Amino acid sequence: MSAVELAPAAEVASEGAAKTKKICIIAYSGELEPTWASMIIASTAAAMDMEVSIFVTFWGFGALVKDSKRLPGKNLMQRMLSVMQRPGISHRKLSKMNFMGMGPWMMFQLAKKYNVSKPKDLLGMCQELGVKIYPCQMTMDLFGLNKEDLIDGLEEPVGAATMLMLATEADSTLFI
Amino acid sequence: MDIKLKVDASGLSCPLPILRATQGMKTIAPGELMEVVATDPGSVKDMAAWAGSTGHTLVEQDSANGKFRFVLRHK
Repeated sequence: MSAVELAPAAEVASEGAAKTKKICIIAYSGELEPTWASMIIASTAAAMDMEVSIFVTFWGFGALVKDSKRLPGKNLMQRMLSVMQRPGISHRKLSKMNFMGMGPWMMFQLAKKYNVSKPKDLLGMCQELGVKIYPCQMTMDLFGLNKEDLIDGLEEPVGAATMLMLATEADSTLFI
Repeated sequence: MDIKLKVDASGLSCPLPILRATQGMKTIAPGELMEVVATDPGSVKDMAAWAGSTGHTLVEQDSANGKFRFVLRHK
């Protein structure tokens, strides 16, 4: 009798072992280093056959706006934000020692010397490996961003409730 | 040993050896072998973790002259 009862439990255990691991990243920061870290973790997790979702909110949008968009925004204040910090994943500033762009320039020189992939290349890799990137609708409204301002291949914009579902269903959630 | 694909990830930093290995695996069939050569010391543990996570088998592993060589079998 007990053997019969154990059988389904054993099945569940083996299913559990084969279950795809899920990672959720909340990409909140806009500076170069956290953007870089998010991209490294997301691309590697996808390479490890994990299901990766990135919820992009607030300053994280710096990495989602197309590099070519100079002044996105619908009104003066939103455009002023774009003046103060140029959007685009290739234009991220360092959180320390930015020195008017000298810091990031040096960082990219070092990356080249030591064969470290730039955030933009890793983002391409993420998209190639099926990482799902969800833009936050509220931030888009706040910053006056249209879908056309953002890079291609993103999921439909969502809100905090979807992010919470992604986070609670994931095996690990990172707020970066 | 019949190696189907050789991937040279020499000089590349984390996570590129893993990403190159992932790209390589996509081009070979189940049961076939891929060889990856890397110089990143971190790749020794990383490649084993990657194989463990994806289900591919790390068949052979050695190092010489600062180069790390991995042979992996497609699951």
